[in-house]
Amino acid sequence: MTDSAKDVMTVSHDDKSDGAQTKMRSKRVRPYALTGGRTRTRHHLLVETLISVPEFDPVLAESLMPESRALYSRACQRMSIAELSANLDLPLGVIRVLVSDLAGQNAVFIHPTAYAYQNNPQVLERILDGLKQLPV
Amino acid sequence: MDSSSSPSDPGLLTISAKIVVAGGFGVGKTTLVNSVSEVRPLNTDAWMTEASEGVDDLPPGGGKSKTTVAMDFGRITLQPDLLLYLFGTPGQARFWFLWDDLSRGALGAVVLVDTNRIDQSFAAVNYFENDSVLPFIVAVNRFEGKPEHDLAEVREALALNEDVPLIECDARSRASAIDVLQGVVTHSLSLAKVSAPG
Repeated sequence: MTDSAKDVMTVSHDDKSDGAQTKMRSKRVRPYALTGGRTRTRHHLLVETLISVPEFDPVLAESLMPESRALYSRACQRMSIAELSANLDLPLGVIRVLVSDLAGQNAVFIHPTAYAYQNNPQVLERILDGLKQLPV
Repeated sequence: MDSSSSPSDPGLLTISAKIVVAGGFGVGKTTLVNSVSEVRPLNTDAWMTEASEGVDDLPPGGGKSKTTVAMDFGRITLQPDLLLYLFGTPGQARFWFLWDDLSRGALGAVVLVDTNRIDQSFAAVNYFENDSVLPFIVAVNRFEGKPEHDLAEVREALALNEDVPLIECDARSRASAIDVLQGVVTHSLSLAKVSAPG
């Protein structure tokens, strides 16, 4: 299987902004300046943690800083923190802070990881079964 | 969408898991990851940028010598709602700060060993024996035309505890790479069942 997740975005363009924060910040700033110097987040974001956008809001997107807007758009394809960092060429720490902020606005969804289930046996069994079923 | 209810979109139920692939330089980490990954390796230069470096806005093409470290990265879709990520740990000592970050939350790790350069993997074995709580296995990468070593000799050379599984593999073979990953999960599963009976 090749990575067919190109730059195609299939997002719903309804104009619902229902109470989403619309701070006007458009000035391009440097990576950790745009996180206000913060390097820690409220959310537990592992490199493999998946981020997705349940409902794309173009009004919210317009209100975001360029980096956050790019992240918001990318996450429409459901992507891991590590892939977002690589694709947007921003450090993992910056991506974590920006994702955390977007999650605080309910703009993105942070998927649970196997670790969130404490790598419990049922999850591990599913992973093992999945590996056994891979075509060789 | 009502954010207070559980997600109704099945895509939002997708979870991810992670296995760490460790070992020194030239032991076959990249080969193993690429044997099973469904995506091409990422350009992971940005991962390395530390907070202090991030504030320097260097002009494009301005003779900036970017630190390039080959970071192995792979992804396997096991089920539509279950993704397995593979992360290779960088060999260079100065990137050890990344090991904790990459290892956190992993279900387990594999340390790859090349018997011709067994010392290259000492550091990784030390890390997982002493500085990490992750279950790990060791896989001896067999290259064609290289002398075979008895696994017992390898275990002795690595001073590896008896409870750490030691297997052989061919990192170039997809089937063999999948076996290695199964070995990691099986080991993690056996420890999970011991620690949480019933």
